[in-house]
Amino acid sequence: MAAFDYAPAPESRDIARLKPSYQIFVDGAFRDGSGEAIKTINPADEEPLAEVAEAGPSDVEDAVRAARRAFDGPWSAMSGAERGKYLFRIARAIQERGRELAVLESLDNGKPIRESRDVDIPTAAAHFFYYAGWADKLDYAGFGPSPRALGVAGQVIPWNFPLLMAAWKIAPALAAGNTVVLKPAETTPLTALVLAEIIAEADLPPGVVNVLAGGPSIGQAIVEHDGVDKIAFTGSTEVGKSIQRAIAGSGKKLTLELGGKAANIVFDDAPIDQAVEGIVNGIFFNQGQVCCAGSRLLVQESIEDELIAALHRRLATLRLGHPLDKNTDIGAINSAAQLARIRELSAAGEAEGATRWSPPCDLPDRGFWFAPTVFTGVSQAHRIAQEEIFGPVLSVLTFRTPDEAVAKANNTPYGLSAGVWTDKGSRILSMANRLRAGVVWANTFNRFDPSAPFGGYKESGFGREGGRHGLAAYLDV
Amino acid sequence: MSESGRIGVRKTYKLYIGGAFPRSESGRSYPVSDAKGTLLAHAAQASRKDVRDAVVAARGAVGGWTGATAYNRGQVLYRVAEMLEGRAAQFAAEVTSAEGVSGRAAAAQVDAAIDRWVHYAGWADKYAQIVGSTNPVAGPYFNFSLPEPTGVVAVLAPQASSLLGLVSVVAPVLTTGNTAVVVASQDRPLPAISLAEVLATSDLPGGVVNLLTGFTAELAPWLASHRDVNAIDLTGATAGARADLQAAAADNVKRVFVPRDEDWAAAPGLSRLNAFVETKTVWHPIGV
Amino acid sequence: MGDVARDDAALRRFLHGLPGVDQVGAEARAASLATRSIKTTAKAWAIDMSISMVDLTTLEGADTPGKVRSLCAKAARPDPSDPTVPSVAAVCVYPDLVETAVDALRASHLPGSRTVQIASVATAFPSGRAALSTKLQDVRDAVAAGATEIDMVIDRGAFLAGHYLQVFEEIVATKAECGDAHLKVILETGELATLDNVRRASWLALLAGGDFIKTSTGKVNPAAKPPVSLVMLEAVRDFRDRTGELRGVKLAGGIRAAKEAVRYLVMVNEVAGEEWLDPALFRFGASSLLNDLLLQRHKLSTGSYDGPDYVTVD
Repeated sequence: MAAFDYAPAPESRDIARLKPSYQIFVDGAFRDGSGEAIKTINPADEEPLAEVAEAGPSDVEDAVRAARRAFDGPWSAMSGAERGKYLFRIARAIQERGRELAVLESLDNGKPIRESRDVDIPTAAAHFFYYAGWADKLDYAGFGPSPRALGVAGQVIPWNFPLLMAAWKIAPALAAGNTVVLKPAETTPLTALVLAEIIAEADLPPGVVNVLAGGPSIGQAIVEHDGVDKIAFTGSTEVGKSIQRAIAGSGKKLTLELGGKAANIVFDDAPIDQAVEGIVNGIFFNQGQVCCAGSRLLVQESIEDELIAALHRRLATLRLGHPLDKNTDIGAINSAAQLARIRELSAAGEAEGATRWSPPCDLPDRGFWFAPTVFTGVSQAHRIAQEEIFGPVLSVLTFRTPDEAVAKANNTPYGLSAGVWTDKGSRILSMANRLRAGVVWANTFNRFDPSAPFGGYKESGFGREGGRHGLAAYLDV
Repeated sequence: MSESGRIGVRKTYKLYIGGAFPRSESGRSYPVSDAKGTLLAHAAQASRKDVRDAVVAARGAVGGWTGATAYNRGQVLYRVAEMLEGRAAQFAAEVTSAEGVSGRAAAAQVDAAIDRWVHYAGWADKYAQIVGSTNPVAGPYFNFSLPEPTGVVAVLAPQASSLLGLVSVVAPVLTTGNTAVVVASQDRPLPAISLAEVLATSDLPGGVVNLLTGFTAELAPWLASHRDVNAIDLTGATAGARADLQAAAADNVKRVFVPRDEDWAAAPGLSRLNAFVETKTVWHPIGV
Repeated sequence: MGDVARDDAALRRFLHGLPGVDQVGAEARAASLATRSIKTTAKAWAIDMSISMVDLTTLEGADTPGKVRSLCAKAARPDPSDPTVPSVAAVCVYPDLVETAVDALRASHLPGSRTVQIASVATAFPSGRAALSTKLQDVRDAVAAGATEIDMVIDRGAFLAGHYLQVFEEIVATKAECGDAHLKVILETGELATLDNVRRASWLALLAGGDFIKTSTGKVNPAAKPPVSLVMLEAVRDFRDRTGELRGVKLAGGIRAAKEAVRYLVMVNEVAGEEWLDPALFRFGASSLLNDLLLQRHKLSTGSYDGPDYVTVD
């Protein structure tokens, strides 16, 4: 037993004000969906959290119609300044109910409370706050005078940052004057449905925002609905491609935020201690279930041993366990399916000859858990260097020259993010210039801000979220 | 035969790939007529393999063109306008034959095309300032976003406007640093080939623009599904063909530009510049 | 490592060859460690550990023998009503009061309790501005009077001017005068301007034989700050990796609340490692901190909040 054994410091589950059942939100009212009633579970212990009455096809129909009515009616008639005030209300309400939302998010998703409390929820509120201010300033957004909204936006979001992704989608859409039909992920519907409560309490006109819990078929119904003018999707590249195919020729505007396999490049002159933190944050934040995760560590060969030793030492201090414990660094994997994929790819890594390492770490008996894992001796041809694992698994490769680092970093169909660690300013700018990725973090990693555009190159998608650029996704420009 | 009785030297119209003027590897050609149906020439009928070669050439040119300074790109593009100006009469004659418009109207189109090229040349070192930003993030980080070329862009040039339309779709792709594989107007390809001759004799590096003549419906699907093409402009595709091309483009998540009613005489705006750029956001801590 | 100090140039090459410290990243890491939530049994453990790590300090021009005697009594038995409270690590006084402290501690020494060390700030504390011979005489006097630990302060002017060998040699000379006494080298990090300099000064002091590296005299602001402490803990950790030798860290100046002390123990635990959770390797230089630790200890054991009237003022 460690000398300094941190006692459990659990956040109270009661704060989440968990209800026995949750309803979908259509045309300003909560109702049971016409689809299946499913139980959403806590991935940390597989216990049911609540029942959710999922949407069926008729709900999609109603929601799109309501969104159209709202768009044709009050929402388009309203001035940008008035629209903005609704968004400010939502931002404030998220802040007020921040602790409740954080606990609920951790229960439903499995992420550590430290992250939902310090990152997901405050950033979600900040996103609404940021775009609220744009609503009456669209003339200055660089798209010419009086840019027009697109109409009804269908938005399909993933389970890794349930509330934050809802904010990334809804805030710019409303600021630009669109109305929304949002579908949260099937395994993590709860915070989006509480956000619907917040929206209802903020007195937004009925139909401006509709939230439909449901599975892929509901997502598909939204995507393919004739009454939808714009699709925004965050999720896997595979599904993104199928959406792009599905709406071909429809005239719908599309933005996609898809997968990634980011290189985190550490040069021999890097600030090593901060680089180690960046590597850890890059791949173990949210259990690595992050599209922009730094899943490939490219380390200059002269410091490989030193860096790996430091990384091992650091990983030994990571605390895996109950998501509601304030000292937990690594929470649960979101679902059995995701855990199976992580296991499968990790097994492939071993089979292909890479060396697997994890710190000593007791995994709970129930729930979906995976220990932080580092593969060394990985080559570019290994599956774990090519495929997105979406889990706490780091593949370590080495390089000798900057050119080699760039070549390896760019040798992927993805292009979402990249990291560079070096104390040499000119090298940072050179690398930032040559890396084919939408976000380059230099001497930092996994930072997000509503004012900073985020999105991918190549098969990581197109369109940007955040900043002035994020408005373009929701304007007829 | 001219009035003097001299026998004219006719031009062979070939493809333009990687800075060279090959015939189609297929050995095919097709007749091109003027607006009244009189045979003008036999143009090369590019094949799937010519598409492949053109993409290889365009990809190979990305590094140099993207890596050039914006000022340099602007200079090179302006040089193209200079060369166009010198051949204005030739282009006017070709546009007249191709489109059946009056000589005056053709000359006006050529002037507009040259002016459009100058317009885009001037954007090269300004565009990033207009669409880039520094982002006031809530933390001790310097954060900026800038546009970068998306890479290799396939351009299906408009079918009707043989020069002004062509210039209006090609120039913006180049201005932002992309390289291009252009499929010329199927029935009016001759001005495009002359433009390729201008490009070849200006300072534009080989491979930055690759121009194919042939049947759009045959070539477009190969470009739309090609996984080393980053984006496609569907301007020259028929309305009926667009859905399939868009679907094929999803294979590698291509950026797809679907035009609206294009008025080539109108001021072009930013939409074609915006269509083929990526936004890159860079973060760095601010500390001592 | 043997010849890195053979001349100024070699020393410079070594110190400037250390990895840089990114200030923002270091601050973020320190802030993240501060979010650890230490409750119940862990908190009780941390408070007692913190008490046992305190160098109970009085360094005022107006210090009197009476004050020092009172300090010593409190050091040996911080809470007269509760014998389960551990004694502190050391008292820290000016050299001329070392003898008083020796006598007082001998008198207050309780059977079975840990020996309270006597630390003295020598070497023309706090400015360090005196001839080397004067500083060394200061050390000899303190050791002769019974000091078991010497806190010296480096010449920041020389360090910042890049005269690394001069600073190195002063530390070596001081260490030679210490005999069996432990040497704590005060870097006065508040004057070092950058975390890169904190890292270099830490290594310089460790290479020269300092048993501890210490943040501050307490006379310069800012004193101990989490990012500075982080970098110093990384230095002793890395020094051990390179040499196998364990050296200590002392944080001094401005640490007044038990909560801060517990946060620093988290940092010690997760950055240097649990071996450093030992008064032999980690200290708090403080005066008012001890009272807050006692108040919090009382709150934990009784469940109700205590007041300042229930702990002794010195």
